[in-house]
Amino acid sequence: MRFMILVKATKDSETGVMPSEQLMAEMGRYNEELVKAGVLLAGEGLHPSSKGARVRFSGTQRTVIDGPFAETKELIAGFWIFQVKSKEEAIEWVKRCPNPMLEDSEIEIRQVFETEDFAESDPSGELRKKEEELRKVLDSQRR
Amino acid sequence: MTASDTHRAIHAVWRIESARLIAGLARMVRDVGLAEEFAQDALLAALEQWPKSGVPDKPGAWLMAIAKRRAIDELRRGKRLERKHEELGHELEARQAQATPDLDAALDDDVGDDLLRLVFTACHPVLSTEARVALTLRLLGGLTTEEIARAYLVPEPTVAQRIVRAKRTLAEARVPFEVPRADELEERLASVLQVIYLIFNEGYSATTGDDWLRPGLCEDALRLGRILAGLVPKEPEVHGLVALMEIQASRSKARLGPSGEPILLLEQNRARWDRLLIQRGLAALDRVRALGGEQGPYALQAAIAACHARARTAEETDWARIAALYEQLGEVVPSPVVELNRGVAISMAFGPEAGLQVIDALASEPLLRNYHFLPSVRGDLLWKLGRFDEARKEFERAASLTRNERERGLLLERAAACARPPASEPKAPTRF
Repeated sequence: MRFMILVKATKDSETGVMPSEQLMAEMGRYNEELVKAGVLLAGEGLHPSSKGARVRFSGTQRTVIDGPFAETKELIAGFWIFQVKSKEEAIEWVKRCPNPMLEDSEIEIRQVFETEDFAESDPSGELRKKEEELRKVLDSQRR
Repeated sequence: MTASDTHRAIHAVWRIESARLIAGLARMVRDVGLAEEFAQDALLAALEQWPKSGVPDKPGAWLMAIAKRRAIDELRRGKRLERKHEELGHELEARQAQATPDLDAALDDDVGDDLLRLVFTACHPVLSTEARVALTLRLLGGLTTEEIARAYLVPEPTVAQRIVRAKRTLAEARVPFEVPRADELEERLASVLQVIYLIFNEGYSATTGDDWLRPGLCEDALRLGRILAGLVPKEPEVHGLVALMEIQASRSKARLGPSGEPILLLEQNRARWDRLLIQRGLAALDRVRALGGEQGPYALQAAIAACHARARTAEETDWARIAALYEQLGEVVPSPVVELNRGVAISMAFGPEAGLQVIDALASEPLLRNYHFLPSVRGDLLWKLGRFDEARKEFERAASLTRNERERGLLLERAAACARPPASEPKAPTRF
């Protein structure tokens, strides 16, 4: 299953305070660990909401609201996408994250919707199937 | 935290830590089976203590400390009286005495090397393919015997047996805990890649049983592939395999219709393909190119998969390039199946006549004698050329060879259609 790991904004992140060099290095190491463990699918840091915008929907109306936005705690400063076996595994990985901010901070863990649609692959000539045949041939040649 | 919460947390810790734990222990005791026993002991200790004390801050280090202690006790009790082990016991104690307070850091020193040794040991040629798969999932994937059994739809004791036997085989053959020498590295790596791809395919073409756990195998294989790519980043074929798996996995949501019927590649709704996985697959292919490994068998198969991934619609597929890639693949791993695929690609790129020339050259190929795909393709090309009688015979033959009911129905339909050929343009989709 996949989880979106949401790093919540803080006053600092919203005012554009850049992380210290040490924090950058620790984060780098943590990211590397995630990659090496094969759990990190994607991840990015986000600019403060002052550079963002919102579109409000009401019936057929579309209203654009420019940032910054007030409710700092509800905003997001960055995200990762993890591929793990369970929510606990996602939590365990997040616990190993250095504090992403120079002040107290929070990281939210949310499961990504997925329809797990693996099932019978039709052997009627789908390329996949043929690759599987190829694999059998490869196997027989490698043995 | 309730006890069951803690248990789930322990399980998660185990999945994250067990490979490194076993690898580190195996370097000390030089026996993967023993190493795993000690790791299991540590797991039991955690299951006993953590529900009371809570999960420690550095769970990996905690488990390692317990496992090491167990290893030392075991060696002290003299159960393994070999001189080597005694020496090892002293060495362990010495290490223990000067152990850094931060065991994690000490563990990290050459954990990569240890993991790689573990990979090659679990996929050692002295083991049967089944044993390699089970051991790889267990030691490197952190799966329990029960999880492996469920994924493979076999009884748990069967898997347990397989793992016990595999460990015994490794011990009896005195397989050293090491990375193969340069001269055999390539062959040994190929066998590791094969094990990972087998696991992936087991999940990808799950045909029976309670399917919900099967995609788990694809994820496990991908995770193993990504880990391996981190361990040997300079080996292009590893990136080739990862690329192939990422791109194939990207189609998983599009492969089934609303009533669970399979949907062929060219008929899939490409909007349902997972862009993130495609992107990752293409990035892995870029690494293959940067390393100059485009001619590897996995790299070529990944490049073919990428051709499909890049096409926004089936019509945009670059068949000429796919045909060329199959030609290269045929040079690297000559096989009639590859040639058959090349024929299909040629027909898509340059018309049925050209495809037929390639396909007809395979008519007497013994490997394809009972392979329904050959007459099915041939029938399709003959149909397109308006040679309906011959096409009908091919479709009927293909129908008699396939083991898939649904497919048999389709082929017989096409055979019947040959009796009343279309007045104009044949509308039959290429069943590919």
